[in-house]
Amino acid sequence: MTDIATDPVHGFIAKTIADHPVTLFMKGVPDQPACGFSAMSVQILDHLGVEFVGVNVLQSDELRQGIKAYSDWPTIPQLYVKGEFVGGCDIIREMFQSGELKTLLAEKGLIEA
Amino acid sequence: MPMPIAVLEAELKAAFPDAEISIEDLAGDGDHYRARIVSAAFSGLPRVRQHQLVYAALKGKVGGELHALALETTPPA
Repeated sequence: MTDIATDPVHGFIAKTIADHPVTLFMKGVPDQPACGFSAMSVQILDHLGVEFVGVNVLQSDELRQGIKAYSDWPTIPQLYVKGEFVGGCDIIREMFQSGELKTLLAEKGLIEA
Repeated sequence: MPMPIAVLEAELKAAFPDAEISIEDLAGDGDHYRARIVSAAFSGLPRVRQHQLVYAALKGKVGGELHALALETTPPA
């Protein structure tokens, strides 16, 4: 079991999701996603018009493994809103299609309702 | 590393005996699947928890042996 308080990667993740209302941990960067699932997630967030920070997990293997442990989630991308893990690309897509993602972002004051 | 569809289905069946499971091989390469799983095990759980149950049942294979498993989970209607 990793100690979140002392693990530097976990510390970085905790600070990132605390500092940014919407964070997408992804492969590649928003302008140039390196995987179709990350690309789809970026498109959805862009379509909803929400500002977000994309964190490229390919820059470091520690980060790539660390985010999986942090969220207890085995795949990338991963979306955090206001410090809470929302889900991976299937959940992002389902929530977008049902309108739940827009509602969530509007409720958090991140986009116009 | 690819995983035969029958193996994936058997592992899911073992973990969710009541489930109605349908699996599609998206790329035809045994490495990108989509699974729809309907099970009472998902009742009352948020989606993240539902998917975590499936990932736990597959014991770390998703993201490792299996590159992609698109999931749709739902409790019985």
